[in-house]
Amino acid sequence: MTDTAEITKQVKEIVVEHLGVEESKVTENASFIDDLGADSLDTVELVMAFEEKFGIEIPDDAAEKITTVKDAIDYIVKQKAA
Amino acid sequence: MRRVVVTGLGAVTPLGIGAEQVWKRLIAGESGIRAIQNFDVTDLPAKIAGQVPQGSKADGKLDLNEWIPPKDQRKMDRFIQLALVAATEAVEDSGWMPEDEEGRCATGVMIGSGIGGLQTIFEGSQQVLEGKIKRLSPFFIPSALINLASGHVSIKYGFKGPNHAVVTACATGVHAIGDAARLIQFGDADVMVAGGSEAAVCPLGIAGFCASRALSTSFNDEPTRASRPWDKDRDGFVMGEGAAVVVLEEYEHAKRRGAKIYAEFAGYGLSGDAYHITAPAEGHEGAFRAMKAALRNGRLNPEDVDYINAHGTSTPLGDDLELQAVERLFGDAARKLAMSSTKSAIGHLLGAAGAIEAVFSILAVRDNVAPPTLNLDEPSQPSVIDRVAHEAQSRRIDVALSNSFGFGGTNASILFRKAA
Repeated sequence: MTDTAEITKQVKEIVVEHLGVEESKVTENASFIDDLGADSLDTVELVMAFEEKFGIEIPDDAAEKITTVKDAIDYIVKQKAA
Repeated sequence: MRRVVVTGLGAVTPLGIGAEQVWKRLIAGESGIRAIQNFDVTDLPAKIAGQVPQGSKADGKLDLNEWIPPKDQRKMDRFIQLALVAATEAVEDSGWMPEDEEGRCATGVMIGSGIGGLQTIFEGSQQVLEGKIKRLSPFFIPSALINLASGHVSIKYGFKGPNHAVVTACATGVHAIGDAARLIQFGDADVMVAGGSEAAVCPLGIAGFCASRALSTSFNDEPTRASRPWDKDRDGFVMGEGAAVVVLEEYEHAKRRGAKIYAEFAGYGLSGDAYHITAPAEGHEGAFRAMKAALRNGRLNPEDVDYINAHGTSTPLGDDLELQAVERLFGDAARKLAMSSTKSAIGHLLGAAGAIEAVFSILAVRDNVAPPTLNLDEPSQPSVIDRVAHEAQSRRIDVALSNSFGFGGTNASILFRKAA
């Protein structure tokens, strides 16, 4: 569960579900707002979903820097490794 | 004064969705009142309600996924979802899709609700109590706010005219449509998408109205018999959920684009009781003044009115007082009057009641049909007014009046007539 591949898979699942986008569009470099149609409230909800799913806390200043799928995966992997 | 006509209808009700279909079922004498199955009613004295049937659009039922993407459904309380469905039907029915900025800016939205996102607030409160305050959705507030029904409709269609929302309890629907018509008369807009929505068939909503002793509790085993306006055995209203929306349009604007015209807006009157938070005043004099003001506004006389869609909620006090107010205002003209309460079939849709009853009044004018008052077996008070017991009646209806009265002592009456 804590390995990067599994985290990547789960992050993508959450993004697909919350933003209602096709899985193929959720590439690692995709930006939530620019590429996946999210607005600022959607990104708040996404971060909350990540917190819930991975049992971590993402402070606001860190959440602001999570703008792409890769940002989210990297942050969560780092938190889980710590 | 600019003339205002009705060019689109939308309805989401316990009798299904789609204004024409709901109207057909209403005329056929069907009831949309059923046992509540979505939540536990064990401890509630009232166990029945008018609920929008779930199923596919093709069957005249509601499958939200056919109307609103699932990711967007999470951002709105059910009252907004129902409003969006009704507004979509009404706008598409009207055929009004402005292609330029001028047209979009001349088109506004005014959809109200009596209570708003009650279930959303209930669930949010639960989260807070469970210590999950930081898990509260960023969509909690925009999901619960009443004017977000108007907001979502405007965003969906790009309507940039007046964006407004009425909150006057059970008079909301009439106030929304009446006020919207005035915005067109005054030139603030050429087209208004107006109506009401309510989704308070939830534990807190039912319990709240039970606590104020407003709901019927004697017919839990026979739901379709529970809503019985004017009948001697009535014991309270039956709560209903749903939404209704009309497209109002300036007459020349509608004519220019060859729109189908259902009826013409023919007058609107408002009053306050200044009496009691829930009970109507003596002789329902607030209702009397609202109806009188509507007639004055429309330069009509009582004898011009052929049909009244009554507020008639099936509560012991209100029904007969409304009847008395109508008899007093109409005098001899009461003898040729038909008056029914369609709440007998769908229950009381609170903030949507005035809107769906406006839709029924508009269709009564179009089709020359007075919809029935179900369950009116034995009136508690005799009257010369034909209350259309049990079965719909074909009769000439040139002008219809619809009444709605709300907690707080707020009253509104609206008139529609055949478009010349």
